[in-house]
Amino acid sequence: MSQTISEKILAAHSGNKEVSPGQLIEAKIDLCFGNDITAPIAIENFRKAGLSKVFDRERVLLIPDHFTPNKDIKTATQTKMMREFAQEQGLSNYFEVGRCGIEHVFIHEQGLALPGMLIVGADSHTCTYGALGSFSTGVGSTDLAAAMALGRLWFKVPESMLFTYNGKLQAFVSGKDLILCTIGEIGVDGALYKAMEFQGSTIKGLSMDSRFSMCNMAIEAGGKAGIIAPDAKTLAYVKSVSKNPCKVYKSDKGAQYSEKIDFDASRIEPQVAFPSLPENSKPVSEASGIEINQAVIGSCTNGRMEDMRIAAKIMKGKKLNPSVRCVILPGTQKIYLDCIKEGIAEIFVRAGCSFSTPTCGPCLGGHMGILAEGEKAISTTNRNFVGRMGHPKSEVYLSNPAVAAASAIAGKIVHPKELK
Amino acid sequence: MQLKGKAWKFNDNIDTDVIIPARYLNTSDPKELASHCMEDIDKEFTKKVSHGDIIVAGKNFGCGSSREHAPIAIKNAGISCVIAESFARIFYRNSINMGLPIFECPGAAQKISQGNEIEVNAETGEIKNLSRNESYRAAPMPPFIQRIISLGGLMEYVKQESKK
Repeated sequence: MSQTISEKILAAHSGNKEVSPGQLIEAKIDLCFGNDITAPIAIENFRKAGLSKVFDRERVLLIPDHFTPNKDIKTATQTKMMREFAQEQGLSNYFEVGRCGIEHVFIHEQGLALPGMLIVGADSHTCTYGALGSFSTGVGSTDLAAAMALGRLWFKVPESMLFTYNGKLQAFVSGKDLILCTIGEIGVDGALYKAMEFQGSTIKGLSMDSRFSMCNMAIEAGGKAGIIAPDAKTLAYVKSVSKNPCKVYKSDKGAQYSEKIDFDASRIEPQVAFPSLPENSKPVSEASGIEINQAVIGSCTNGRMEDMRIAAKIMKGKKLNPSVRCVILPGTQKIYLDCIKEGIAEIFVRAGCSFSTPTCGPCLGGHMGILAEGEKAISTTNRNFVGRMGHPKSEVYLSNPAVAAASAIAGKIVHPKELK
Repeated sequence: MQLKGKAWKFNDNIDTDVIIPARYLNTSDPKELASHCMEDIDKEFTKKVSHGDIIVAGKNFGCGSSREHAPIAIKNAGISCVIAESFARIFYRNSINMGLPIFECPGAAQKISQGNEIEVNAETGEIKNLSRNESYRAAPMPPFIQRIISLGGLMEYVKQESKK
């Protein structure tokens, strides 16, 4: 029977020759992880159940990134719990603040996620690693506790949806715009429980950073996974970050999809998702002129090196609009350092931006850039729900880094090509 | 298991950030989380809820983050179960894993009004609207989920499995 890439990975990990949508399987996990919000509950559950050892001390990762560097005593207590658990279990992949970054940027940068893997993380944006051709999905803390103990979890094999993008991208359009446009098309529950498979000549042309941004936001359409079959670009990336072998899976011709949707990518403008759902995406021209108080550039969606370079190119030699604050957070320590080496840090600081250590921070209204009542932000993050970045009466507009950077200079939302 | 209480109606796409805002996620204390449940939509929600009450919502309930704090907050606010047209995937899993009964039932979700008295039979999935004298049927829970629930949640299952 013809199989999709997702079905092949799930079959290989559950000892089945093939699997079909709706089938319940128990599958072996290659990698599982949690952060400072989700891991503490997983650790509590692990201890309450009287479990003593994780299944594999190299395959359980703990990364404090959401409220770190610890924003208050309660957070410090949660990260302390992670640190102590990592020591007690002898985890080789516990990463301290200042030596890691945002989990979904750091894990692939370190070569820990590889093509063909089955990955679960107690964070909804775990779907990011589908960009490598792995099947990767977010779970809750109790699932993480179970995965840490057994090294396996139950799954329902999802149906797959096939999204095909062809055509040359316009200037200032990136993977972020493709995914915002797609979510706008199908809605925030348009891919509920399903695997979103992305393909086409446009995807082939996308950088790995842009592919990570796309798969990262599959969850915003309700997707269980976002996935792109590995190509030469993927394998070159993998070679640059890991010496470990990996397994490449691709969908068969004739594989079954619940739906197939085609996009003429050449017609897609930079997108802006209006408050308060990611599905409210419109071409930036329709958002033009909306005044903003803050711009945020960073997060697991757009905190990668390509994003920093794009923002820096736009900000070079310019100053922020006096009424705008701009918070820029590189995704990892390596990216932070590269920003310094390439002179990007200086461009941001001279423009008047706050440029500091990696954290999820403002994306989820944690710290490092909270909005007051009535304030508006343009942000390269992934969610614009009510109260997401602060006060319930503040608003978040989602965009790519070029639009966010240009808007920070203009003081209002603009297409980067219109920036003088 | 019979669940009975007043219906609290919510719209489509109720996300985990409104169920429990991230600014309170620096704790996992169930009581503290419960005290902030839904506060960005309705500041008084947790004060108005009586023990056993039921949340009835539209499509895609629980979308957004993987935070288990969301079902924890709902459960500890005194809500006995959630009925919705559909649920976001991770929220669905989390609820089962920690023993918050949830029922996917578009018919019930559309017909039940705010304040209706509702009775749910958790085993059969039968939902009775006592105020309107109507009844609806949710899809029965698959056997493996019933097993997890009968064991009292996923961790008990893991405990038994890890002894094998």
